[in-house]
Amino acid sequence: MNALAALGARALRVLQGWGHGALFFLDLIRVLPQALRRFGLVVVQMHAIGNRSLLIILASGLAVGFVLALQMYYALVTYGAAESLGLVVNLTLVRELGPVVTALLFAGRAGTSLTAEIGLMKAGEQLAAMELMAIDPRARVLAPRFLAGVLAMPLLAALFSSIGILGAWLVAVGLIGIDGGNFWSIQQNGVDVWRDVGNGIVKSAVFGVICTFVALYQGYETEATPEGVAYATTRTVVMSSLAVLAMDFILTALMFSTR
Amino acid sequence: MSKRSIEILVGLFVLLGLGGVLFLALKAANLTTMSNGDTYPLTANFDNIGGLKARAPVRSAGVVVGRITGISLDPKTFQGVVTLEVSRRFEFPKDSSAKILTAGLLGDQYIGIEPGGDMANLAAGDTIKQTQSAVVLENLIGQFLFNKAAEAGSGDAAGSKP
Repeated sequence: MNALAALGARALRVLQGWGHGALFFLDLIRVLPQALRRFGLVVVQMHAIGNRSLLIILASGLAVGFVLALQMYYALVTYGAAESLGLVVNLTLVRELGPVVTALLFAGRAGTSLTAEIGLMKAGEQLAAMELMAIDPRARVLAPRFLAGVLAMPLLAALFSSIGILGAWLVAVGLIGIDGGNFWSIQQNGVDVWRDVGNGIVKSAVFGVICTFVALYQGYETEATPEGVAYATTRTVVMSSLAVLAMDFILTALMFSTR
Repeated sequence: MSKRSIEILVGLFVLLGLGGVLFLALKAANLTTMSNGDTYPLTANFDNIGGLKARAPVRSAGVVVGRITGISLDPKTFQGVVTLEVSRRFEFPKDSSAKILTAGLLGDQYIGIEPGGDMANLAAGDTIKQTQSAVVLENLIGQFLFNKAAEAGSGDAAGSKP
C-alpha cells in the first residue's frame, strides 16, 4: 500500500510540474507584448544571447562542414556519386544538423547563462524586490530574454548551415577537387527553398522557444541556494537537449514523411 | 559597453543572420532557378509513370522548361495523369510528344518534350496526345528473357528438322 501511495504521489508531482510549466509558459506569452514595447531590453539580450554565441556557432559549423564533406566523400565515391557531395551535405545541414546542433550548442552556451543569471537574481532576492516595486519580473526580466532567444536561434542556425556549406565547399573543391560549378548547381537542383530551407528555419524557431523557455523556467523556479542554482543549470542543459532531440524527431516525421 | 555600440553589434548580427538565410535560399537552394510566375498548365496521360515525382523537371532538348505539379490516376482509363507547368516563353506544337526519361543510368526521372511539326501550338490546359511511358526495368528484363526463350525454342526446332 505504501509503494502504491508513493507511486501515486510521484505521478501527481510529475503532472503538477508539467502543469506548472505550461501555466508559466502561458504567462510568459501573455507578457510578451510588454517586451515588444520596450525593445531596447530585447536588443541588449540579443547581444548577450546572439552575438556572444556567434563564435562557437560559426566555429562548430565550419568544423561540421569540413568533416561532413570528407566523410560523405568517402561514402559516396564508393558508388561513383562523389559529384552529389554538395547536395548531401546541404540537405544534412539545412534539414537536421543546422537546427539541432545549433540548439544543443545554444542550450550549453546561452541557456546555462540565462538560468544562472536568473537563478542568482532570485537568490539575491532581486526578483522579489521588483515585485515589491510593483514591477512584474516576468515582463521586465524574462520576456525580453525569451524574445531575444527565439529571434536569435533561427539566425544562428542559418549561419551554422551557411558556414557549414562553405566549409564543405572548401574541402570539396579545394581538397578533393570536385568541380565548383557542379557543387553549387546540384544543390540548386535538389534543395527546395520552402520544403528544405523553410522547414529548417521553422525547426530552429521551435527549438529556440524550447531552449529559451526551459532555461528561463529553470532559472525562475530554482531553489534560491548555490546548490539549487547549480542543479538548475545542469537541468537546463539536460532537459533542453532531450526536448530538442525528441521534438526534432516529431517535426521531421511531420515535415518530411510525405515524400 | 555603451548602448549604441551594443545596438550596432546586434544590428550586425541580425544582418549576418539574414545574409545566411539569403545565402541558403539563393546560392544553396532553388530560389533562383525556380520558374517564376509565367507558366501555363498542360496534362499528359501515361500508361505507366514509373518513378516520376511531383516537382520533377520538364525538359526539351535537355533544357529545363517547366516542372511537374501533380500526378494522379484517371479512375476510368487507369492511366497516370501528369500535370505540367511550362514556362510561357516556350510554346510547343500540338503534335509534340512527351516521354518519361531517366537522367543517367539510375538518376531521377523527368519528362522530355519532343516538338512536333504542327502549325498550331499547345494552349493552356491542353493534353499532350502522344506519350511514351517510363521504362520499367522488370518489364524490360522480362521481355529480354522471353525473347531469349523464344529464340532458344525456335533454334531447337530449326535444329531438329533436318
